[in-house]
Order: sequence, then C-alpha cells, then structure tokens
Amino acid sequence: MAIPIYYNFRNIWARKLTTLLTALGIALVVFVFADVLMLTYGIEKTLIDTGSPENAIIIRKSSGTEIQSSLSKEQASIIINRPEISLDENGKLLAAKEVNVLITLPRKFSGSVSNVTVRGADDASLKLRPQIKIIKGRRWQKGLEEIIVGSAIAKNFQGIALGNTVKFAGKQWRIVGIFDAQKSGFDSEIWGDVDQIMDAFRRPIYSSVLVRVAGSENFKKFKKAVENDQRLTAEVKRENQYYAEQSEMLATFLKILGVTVTVIFSLGAVIGAMITMYAAVGSRTQEIGTLRALGFSRQNILTAFLIECLLISISGGIIGLFAASFMQLITISTINWQTFSELAFDFKLSPQIAIQSMIFAIIMGTAGGLLPSIRAAKIDIVKALRG
Amino acid sequence: MTLSKLIFKNAMRHKLRTILTVLGLAIAITSYAIINTVLEAWYFGVNMASENRIVTRNAISIISPLPLAYKTKIKSVEGVTDVAYGNWFGGFYKTEKNFIAIFSVSPNYIDLYPEILIDENDKRTYLSMRNSCIVGRALAKRFGWKKGDTIRITGTIFAGEWDFYIAGIYHGAKKSTDETMFFFHWEYLNERIKETGMFQPDEVGWFLLHIDNPDYAAQISEKIDAQFKNSSAETITETEKAFQLGFLSMTDAIIQALRIVSIIIILVILVILSNTMAMAARERIPEYATLKTFGFNGLTLTYLIMGESVVIAILGAILGTIATFPLANYFAKLVETFLPVFKISPETIVYSFFIAIGVGISAAIFPSLNAAKTPIATSLRKIG
Repeated sequence: MAIPIYYNFRNIWARKLTTLLTALGIALVVFVFADVLMLTYGIEKTLIDTGSPENAIIIRKSSGTEIQSSLSKEQASIIINRPEISLDENGKLLAAKEVNVLITLPRKFSGSVSNVTVRGADDASLKLRPQIKIIKGRRWQKGLEEIIVGSAIAKNFQGIALGNTVKFAGKQWRIVGIFDAQKSGFDSEIWGDVDQIMDAFRRPIYSSVLVRVAGSENFKKFKKAVENDQRLTAEVKRENQYYAEQSEMLATFLKILGVTVTVIFSLGAVIGAMITMYAAVGSRTQEIGTLRALGFSRQNILTAFLIECLLISISGGIIGLFAASFMQLITISTINWQTFSELAFDFKLSPQIAIQSMIFAIIMGTAGGLLPSIRAAKIDIVKALRG
Repeated sequence: MTLSKLIFKNAMRHKLRTILTVLGLAIAITSYAIINTVLEAWYFGVNMASENRIVTRNAISIISPLPLAYKTKIKSVEGVTDVAYGNWFGGFYKTEKNFIAIFSVSPNYIDLYPEILIDENDKRTYLSMRNSCIVGRALAKRFGWKKGDTIRITGTIFAGEWDFYIAGIYHGAKKSTDETMFFFHWEYLNERIKETGMFQPDEVGWFLLHIDNPDYAAQISEKIDAQFKNSSAETITETEKAFQLGFLSMTDAIIQALRIVSIIIILVILVILSNTMAMAARERIPEYATLKTFGFNGLTLTYLIMGESVVIAILGAILGTIATFPLANYFAKLVETFLPVFKISPETIVYSFFIAIGVGISAAIFPSLNAAKTPIATSLRKIG
C-alpha cells in the first residue's frame, strides 16, 4: 500500500518558500539549458533553409567562403558550359555568376556599424532560390544602380526602406524592393546587379557560381569534372551543405560555451535540491517514524520522497520552459566569423527541445533527491518517534 | 564566546548542509569566472590597443583595399610620425580547422608595436629574407613550430600553398599582448599577386599610423580623410581602439547574451544560499528568542545571521576560484580557435569574491528581519 500522493502535495504546500526556491533554481538552469539548445537549433535552421540540395555552388579551392573566394571571368564561363546544368522552362541556363562583397551599415538600435553582405546577382539568381519572395516593390533592373534588401536588413539597419538610397562604393543605390527569404541567411543580404556591383567595387572577378544540377548522378559527374579541371582550381559543394559549414564555427562556439555553463549550472541545481530534501527529511523525522509505525514500508517512504522531488523538478522544468518559450520573440543579429558578415537568426523551440529540457529537469531533481530519500527510508522507527 | 566564534560554530552546526551549500556556490562561482574570462578574452584586442596608433582603412568596409600610393599623402599630414601598412592574409596550417590570424605587413610594421619583443638578430634575419615570417610564442607552441622551421600555409583569399621560413618567435611585453599573430612581408605577397594576376597589385588592407600626441588623434584623422574625400577610395581613420571596438560591436549580441547568463548565475547563487539561510534561521528561532531574552537586540541577531551567510559565501568563493584554474585550462583548449588568449585575470577573482560577499549579505536579509521582528513569546514555541 503506497502513501497517498495527496500527502506529497500537502508537504510541498507546508514548506512554500523552500520548495519555491528549489523549483526556481531548477527553473533557471532549465531556462539556460533550453536557450542554448534553441539558439543552436535556430542557427542550424537558418542555414539549412538557406541552401537547396538541388543547387551546386562553386568556389575557389580552400577559400571556404564566398567572401574569400575568387573566380575569373574565364573560369566562370568554363563552369557554366558544363552539360550537367539544368535549364528552366524557357530553355534558359539555370546558372548564376555572382559576386560577394561587404559594406558597413549602422544598426538601428545601438548605432554600431556592422558588415553586411552585398551580392551582385545574375538573371538566374532569384530562380535558383525559390524561397526568396519580393514582398515590397520589384526586383532590380539590369544596368541600373538599384538594390533589393533582405527583411532582416530592413528590420535591423538604419535608413533601409523602400525608395531610400544607400551610399556605398562611391555611388548612390536606390532601394527598389524588399524581399523575404523565409528566415534563411539571405534575409541578411543586399542584392543588386552583378555587373554594376563589380564595376563600383572595381573587382573584375566573380566570387562564386551557383548552378542547378538535378539528381545525384549528375551532381557527382559535375563535381568530378569541375574539380579535376586543371584550368579551374575550384571546389563544388551542394548549396545546403555549403551554408551549413559556414555557420559551423559560430554554432560550435555557442555550443561549447552553452554546454559548459549548463553542466556547471546543473550541478549547482542538484546540490540545491539536495539541500532542500535533506532539510525536509531532517525536519520530518517524527512524521516518517509515524508513517513507519502505521505500517508503511521503507520502500513506500523512499517512493514518497522521490515523488516529492519529481513534483518539484517538474514544476521547475515547466517554469523554465515557459520562460524560455518567450525567447522565441528575440532575433539575434551578429557577425558570422567565417564570412565576416551579418547573420540574423532566432531562438527556435522544437518539441524535441521541450522534451529534452523536461528530462533534464527530472534528472536533476532525482539526482538531488535520491540520497536524502534513501536516508529517509533508513530512519529507525523507535529513534524517530522519540523526536 | 565571542560573536565571531558563534558565527563559525553556527555555520558548522549542520555540516552536511553547509558543505553542500559551499559546493553549490563554488560551482556557480566557477561558471561565473569562466564566462567573465570569455568576455575579457573577447575584449583582448581592445586592451592591446595603444593611444599612439591610428588606423586608416577603406570607407566601404574592411575587405575593400586602399592604393599603396596613399602612403606619401598620409605621411605628409602633420603629427603623423610613421606610416606602416598591412593586409589581412587568411590562411590555415594543414587543415581548415587550424585557421591563423596572418598579416602581410610593411618592414616597419612591427616597430610600431613596442610591446612585440623580438631578438635583434632574428629581426635582422626577418628583414633580409623575402619569404620569412615572425610568429607569436603562443602560436608556435600550439603547432610545435621552432625558429628555423619552414612551414606550409594554405591561403584562403590568396590562393595556393605558401612556404614561410620562421625567422623568429616574438614575446609580448605586457600581459595584454597577443602572442598568436603571424607576420610576413607584404612585398612577398605583392610579388605573388603580380605573378598570378588574380588581384590588383600595390593595394593594402589598411595603414597603421604612429602619432606622437594622442590628443590630436581626432584632428589628424579628419585631415587624412579629407584628403581622400570624393576619390575612388574614400577612407575612414580612427584610433586603434575604436577600430577594434568596431569589430566587437558586430558581435555585441553574443556579448549581451553572456552578460545575461552571468546575471542568471548570480541569481542561482542567491537562490541556493537564501534557501540554506532561510532553513538555518527557521530552525534557530527558539535560540534567537533565548538570545533576545538575555538582552541581545535585533542588531546582534542580524550580525549573527549575516555573518554566517557571508562566511559560507566566502568559503564557496575560495573553493570555486581554486576549481576555476584547471577548468579554464581545459576550456582554453576547446576554444583556442576562437579565443587565442584565455587566462584567468586577477580582476575576475576579485569580482567573484565581491559577488559572493554581496550575495551573502542579500541572502541573510529576510531571515534577519524575521528573527529581529518576531516577538519572544511566539519564537519560543517550536515550529518544525
């Protein structure tokens, strides 16, 4: 016969302050734990959505990122002449020769400047990235100094609005459109006509070439041909893989930091729970003695105390998760070290993260409560009743 | 029995609880110290900046170059005593994971950094060899490089394999000197650029200027920028510190997040200690009543409870600080690619203790108020 759960609730209620403090300790740790997971997931999600597995990106060998890559006009022409590249419905080649440069723009709230990627885009650039939709205005016209800006740039930087002009590279660029790229990395970019941008930045070379290559057989063939071409020294990656690699450094750094802090933290919370439960056992010795005298077994006592810990840790976990869920409203905009340019991403909560956080809370509570509960179960009846 | 003796006796009455509390605090203090060290490592470049150095770069962004020809014009500005120039040369050693901060610089570049200490003979070797380089002590240690080695670096921006002869290894004069830098000759890079024809030759990433009077930094900067106004490559000139801070402000979101986490840690410490103190004070209500009966006033009780709380907090800080060092060494290895300099500073330790004492006092506020306020008769009735 087990001790009624009602007894646990009564106990928790009887020691409101201590219980609340313990639950809060656990809640704080769960909050940080969930945030770390949400942040890493947010970065991953942003970058996975940026590239498509159907596209192949070609950059110079061992340059790692578009911003450091350079391909001459001859090299770009050789690449887009490959037979593996798909055509669109009008029979046009799905290939874009692009240039990637940086400009500095002042942020809206802090006023501090940050590096923003400007992409000189080709005719096929938008077609190759179907997730990009122009939500205001229109696309740029070839041969004009016109640009379109990503939604994160419009949101986070000063003076970025439809119809405004931005001055960079010695020219005035008119913002003719604002696009949304479904929270992908492109939302943190500015796009314009590739020839205009190359001309303004006096850069006679491309950064990268993006092509649509359908099917994995085709991709393998294309990759082999381009990488073995002596004239090129280029490397070929699937676009989604390329973007995932780009944020590796940032994600890894945040993960290392987050995990370190969370591990240290959780030890603290376990100790907090231990203190509370030991105190609970200490002050309830007589009660435990009475329960034993009534015929409840050691097993029952152990279970009762563990249930109490579980209740505290579950409520702590729920409070922590509830607080963490509000973090989804926050967008973090920072420099990605590998590309030297701005990247905006959100905290993202997934069911998996919620479950992991709750399990984490329960483990912490149980680890903290186990030793005190064993002590409670071991109490000698006669001694306990003497008080 | 003095008051302080009673405080210690009280603190040790419930051994298990006190030990657990001290452990909990130690753990939190350790994580606080690690985060604080991360923040310091982040600001490292700013602390290395000197008032006598200003930087001129392209107004578009840091990746756009400037013509080398600007040098003469910049040098002619009054107050500028020396002009060096450099280029960012992205590169890695063996694998992409081993990314290094490599600078291709003018011969006088390291002279502008008196805090970079290099043997005179090694410096002569460096200046006389085309493909030689100078590397920092920490960097050499990381890859096991020795003076006289020839190493192969893969360029990320400037394509291909580059072989460098290590002419010397420099030390930092101050604690704040970055010992992970890698310098080689700008001239060597320029030759290779001319051969390949990939980039424009005779361009530099930035000019590093030495000025004799830091008070005129703003005027000098304005003069320089005015010279190139409306040219095809406009400039921005700022102090080295502002230049470094500019880089940092780009990552301020991460810095903010770290600061918030430090605050949460302090809250966790507060929760753990408050919990312990609340329990201790609750158990001792009858004792406090007895003390009051003897004629001690509420202030004495406050001393007792605060004293105990602060003693426990300081013990936690001591233990936490001791644990920080080995953990920091381990952590430094994990993050060496991102934060080359990761050392626990004396300031961090001082902060840890201040926080511990502050938390010790705050945690005792409510229990002391309760103890002081509760009437004697009520207190003598024991509540479990």
